[in-house]
Amino acid sequence: MYPIRSKVVLNPTVVKMEIEAPRVARKAEPGQFVMLRVEDDGERMPLTIADFDREAGTVTVIFQIVGATTEKFAHMEVGDALPDFAGPLGRATVTEGKKKVAIVGGGVGCAIAYPVAKKFHEQGAIVHSIIGFRTADLVFMADEFRAVSDHMDLMTDDGSAGEKGLVTNALKDLIDSGEDYDEVIAIGPLVMMKFVAKLTKEYGIPTVVSMNPIMIDGTGMCGGCRLTVGGETKFACVDGPEFDGHLVDFDEAMSRGSMYKPFERHAYDEACHLYNMEVK
Amino acid sequence: MANMSQVKNEMPVQDPKVRITNFSEVALGYTPEQAIDEATRCLNCKRRPCVGGCPVAIDIPGFIQKIVDGEFEEAYQIISQSSALPAVCGRVCPQESQCERVCVRGARGEAVAIGRLERFVADWHRVHVTEAPKPVPSNGHKVAVVGSGPSGLTCAGDLARKGYEVTVFEALHIAGGVLVYGIPEFRLPKAIVQSEINNLKAMGVKFETNTVIGKSVSIDELMEEEGFESVYIGSGAGLPRFMKIPGENLNGVYSANEFLTRVNLMKAYKENSNTPIQHGNRVAVVGGGNVAMDAARCARRLGADVMIIYRRTEKELPARAEEAHHAKEEGIEFYMLASPVEILGNEQGWVSGVRVQQMELSEPDESGRAKPVPIEGDIRTIAVDSVIMSIGTSPNPLIASTTEGLATQKWGGIIANDETGLTSHPMVYAGGDAVTGAATVILAMGAGKAAATDIDHQIMGTAD
Repeated sequence: MYPIRSKVVLNPTVVKMEIEAPRVARKAEPGQFVMLRVEDDGERMPLTIADFDREAGTVTVIFQIVGATTEKFAHMEVGDALPDFAGPLGRATVTEGKKKVAIVGGGVGCAIAYPVAKKFHEQGAIVHSIIGFRTADLVFMADEFRAVSDHMDLMTDDGSAGEKGLVTNALKDLIDSGEDYDEVIAIGPLVMMKFVAKLTKEYGIPTVVSMNPIMIDGTGMCGGCRLTVGGETKFACVDGPEFDGHLVDFDEAMSRGSMYKPFERHAYDEACHLYNMEVK
Repeated sequence: MANMSQVKNEMPVQDPKVRITNFSEVALGYTPEQAIDEATRCLNCKRRPCVGGCPVAIDIPGFIQKIVDGEFEEAYQIISQSSALPAVCGRVCPQESQCERVCVRGARGEAVAIGRLERFVADWHRVHVTEAPKPVPSNGHKVAVVGSGPSGLTCAGDLARKGYEVTVFEALHIAGGVLVYGIPEFRLPKAIVQSEINNLKAMGVKFETNTVIGKSVSIDELMEEEGFESVYIGSGAGLPRFMKIPGENLNGVYSANEFLTRVNLMKAYKENSNTPIQHGNRVAVVGGGNVAMDAARCARRLGADVMIIYRRTEKELPARAEEAHHAKEEGIEFYMLASPVEILGNEQGWVSGVRVQQMELSEPDESGRAKPVPIEGDIRTIAVDSVIMSIGTSPNPLIASTTEGLATQKWGGIIANDETGLTSHPMVYAGGDAVTGAATVILAMGAGKAAATDIDHQIMGTAD
């Protein structure tokens, strides 16, 4: 069992949990993910590692409540334990050899963009962060980003916090103002990563995106997480999860990501219904 | 007086019409009377060719004679001297190409039903002898086993019996490997796998699930930091192959591994399962092996009309005859001499059909095998809403790529000594599908057994 050591609600739909998992903590690097279950007979869910503490033997995950499993996870408290927590899986972010980078985070993706920004910062790179949310209530980790960034833009769709607009607007402005990045790292919704990659392609700036497709095992066994990258089929779990954003077929990834939407919707409604009954 | 019937006692099975509506076991097993009657067909001949046909050299005539005498537990004890998983092997071993192939009764009529008898004995033991095996006093030596499939379990069992402190590392959340994620419930009930694993636990074998060797911890770390004197790698051949044809990433295209894992490991066949699966109306399974049969029969049970598409003819199907026979009984269509060239999709990104190239067989080549060759211009379109690719798997590169000095074949298999399983890395052994590529449960078990013997010799310093 893997006990929950701390829990922080970051915004109405995003929760941060610190899980005790010494083997995972010992090896974890930014960019990698874990595979967990929240109950026996539960689904296996991949979550990218948001932080880790090798001394304490803990790994932090940050997730958005989007379905039945995340809903159940969000209802767990400090002292509860996950039955399964395996990792670290996938390849770590390559941070070496870059002098100036732009980190673009969208929504819950900011949670996993942060450790990447932090690592670049610690290695002495100039870090520009652009983080985007729908509205002010959903903003989280802005201070953390600020602390590891040489420049930070906070964007919201409705302008209720930071600047009004999309992360791509901010990125374009920075590039147009003469900022010269060795690499752009974009982590967020598929549609955001697609448009970041489209923009940077015009400017010829190498761009890395972190993919989060449907997965079962996370070790290369099922092939459910396959993507087309540069015309070749890749498995996000072992070949990624980070890929060259200019080569990823985002439209296919979006289509594959929606494969079980009706099932997921139904399962989510069921879970919510059960919690509502408990409240009554 | 031997029973001179030329045919085996038939295996009682669930009616095909009924069984396609459930996931319960198809073959129901012999009654004691049937088992004794079948056992008396064994001539207890001096030559004992069956023992040589068994990859783990079970004393087959020995256990069969115990059945004749009605001493079922004694029969079990004889089998368990050689096999850690009799209930599993009695069900999934290809006996027709091993022990039964060389049975002298096969010269005139059918061989003795060795597999069915093995299964009977193992099942009898499980039901009647509930006492768990006792732990063997430790000899103070630690060995790690990577992977909890048939190969790893066999190696772990043999070493534990000799007093080794064995830890089995498993990447998934439950132990059993292909026995739990791959082979379906209706062919190998998971309760049986669990009971074999519980026996190993009772003997003192430790299981660490959720531990991905090569990621969570490396082989070198196990040996240098965690005190394991030897490591056996039985990590299987888990990486699914695809055909690299257009449309393979459409929604509704599964690897057999994914489809079977969703159904078996994640219990997607149960109504209240937390794991989704597409319930296709018309499913094409591409491939002709046992895994293809398993996938087809699972899809059938989920309510689909299913066809198996294979590029050669039924005669060349790599699947066991029994599996193909069961599949046919269940109404699965066999579309032979065809090979997919494209998977078609609709506007929503879901599978709508498959285009297949019709094939014919060439004259047999020097190896005696006829090659499928395309019939120019004969390409047909079949309407399906799901495709399951079952064209084989490769060894997972996770371990080889993270272990220095572990030599592999070009195609990914770990290079290991044929007799001992020793790899190019000192005190690291490997066997099963990780070495051979996808093969059978019993061959994997044989390799686990051989490695256990050599590990013991090396650690005890008794190697000659």
